[in-house]
Amino acid sequence: MAATPRHDTTTYDLKLALPLAVFFLAFFLAPLAILLFVSLHTDSSMTAMGITQYVKFLGDPFSLSVLVRTLWVGVEVTALCLLLGLPMAWVYVRAPGWVQSILMLVVLLPLLTSVVVRTFAWIVILGRQGIVNSTLATLGLIDTPLRLLYTEGGMIVALAQVQMPLMVLPLVTALSRLDPNLLDASAALGAGSWRTFGKVVLPLTLPGIIAGCLLTYAASITAFITQTLVGGGQLLFMPMYIYQQSSTLNNWPFAAAISIIFLCAVLAVVSLFNALGRLSSGYAHS
Amino acid sequence: MTPQRKSLEALSFQAALWLLAALCFVLLVLPTVVVITVSFTSGFSLKFPPPGYSLRWYSALLDAWQLHFAATNSLKVAAWTTALSVAFGVAAALAIARSETWKARLLDSLFMSPLVLPALAFGLAALMFFSVLGLPVSPVTLVIGHVVVCVPYVVRTTVAALAQLNPALLESSASLGASRLHTLRRITLPLIAPGILAGAFIAFMSSFDNVPVSLFLRDARTDMLPIRMWQDLEGKLDVTIAAVSGVMIAFTIAALVIMERVAGLSRRLR
Repeated sequence: MAATPRHDTTTYDLKLALPLAVFFLAFFLAPLAILLFVSLHTDSSMTAMGITQYVKFLGDPFSLSVLVRTLWVGVEVTALCLLLGLPMAWVYVRAPGWVQSILMLVVLLPLLTSVVVRTFAWIVILGRQGIVNSTLATLGLIDTPLRLLYTEGGMIVALAQVQMPLMVLPLVTALSRLDPNLLDASAALGAGSWRTFGKVVLPLTLPGIIAGCLLTYAASITAFITQTLVGGGQLLFMPMYIYQQSSTLNNWPFAAAISIIFLCAVLAVVSLFNALGRLSSGYAHS
Repeated sequence: MTPQRKSLEALSFQAALWLLAALCFVLLVLPTVVVITVSFTSGFSLKFPPPGYSLRWYSALLDAWQLHFAATNSLKVAAWTTALSVAFGVAAALAIARSETWKARLLDSLFMSPLVLPALAFGLAALMFFSVLGLPVSPVTLVIGHVVVCVPYVVRTTVAALAQLNPALLESSASLGASRLHTLRRITLPLIAPGILAGAFIAFMSSFDNVPVSLFLRDARTDMLPIRMWQDLEGKLDVTIAAVSGVMIAFTIAALVIMERVAGLSRRLR
């Protein structure tokens, strides 16, 4: 950056970003361009170009249902994470220091534990001889084990646990920035706890909520491992669909077209969240 | 509102909040506890609670050469990925932090984009890219793919650490006659080191744990630990996997506690 004065010691030349920028151009943007190029071929031997793969996907009720189901599972997981994560962040912010250390360990551990390990835990919990079934059987509530593994409900709970840290961390930041005097003022003016929560806490933490929702949503719709292991073979989602078409069936143009459609869907959701985030931060700081 | 109704209202709020927070706590802790308990089972199944306790599955791990091989590969790839991510990422962070130009903002968005885009789609794209170039997949292509998805963590924590740096320190260093390079080495880098360390740690963990990119970019000789475990789990429910998980959880907890002490990890992730 030529405009940077030489005596300014607090900023660095933009050229320092050049190695990573070139690396991204070569190994991130170029592959995505190739992906787009491959998706524009009509057959798997890639002889003629055309948009038939996209027409095929968008005209096929099965493919569309996979896309819609994937996007919808993200909504369900995000809602569950918000419902449980917001109270968790609230308790964290008000807890004494030593409790905060324990809670932070509990929140961070799943984030850094291998996804395969976390998912494996849910196979043990939800299995026929798992903790849920054995508890229910001991209580005499069921005679035969319930089928919990390979169901959408089981998968959503497992995904919520896997992605929970991504929701709780931004919420903790947002809630700890909240001025406690505002809550006292709201109470002094006669508002009850629920009303204060709805009218003061929620609007002011909205940027944090949106940031948490964005991360949780993006992570849960692409969570290949948890989707395949807990969801099982009957529930097909976009990541597995891409993998099946490319690796098992070797249909590269169709796999590329599914990937592009999935990328666009994710980008649309991300842009929506970002737009909401900008609106809400204007709202929270006005 | 009468005082009684008001206290009832506050009570219902507190009760709902604590109940949900407790549920969240159980949800977060339960899987770890269950895996560790099951890994000490004396039986042959993943029954919970286990029929008895023993160390047999941990001793079975000592002979599991396939897992050893996969774990060694994963560690090597993660180490290379982390080293390259730190070199590229810290330089880029120095350039784009504290800069409000549109170029810097654009680069920032570009470097962060692998975090939200589906990694599996990128893995497939990278495989097509390398095959168009005529390059066979190898440990090198694997590391390249991992760097793309792991470098954002280093950039993010380093940019955040630079943003908290007091510019007065750099200005006084300069006014005392230190060169830019000297200031970088003696003032900036030591002060942002915890941020870099936190980013490097997360990059290492996420490379070690990566499946979507490895799935496409590894060759037959490069078996990776998470993929080996995933394939084992899809085939049969093996108790050895519980013992591997136990070992991995123990390492993760130890690393987490150390990183929290050394780099203040939790503050840097928010």
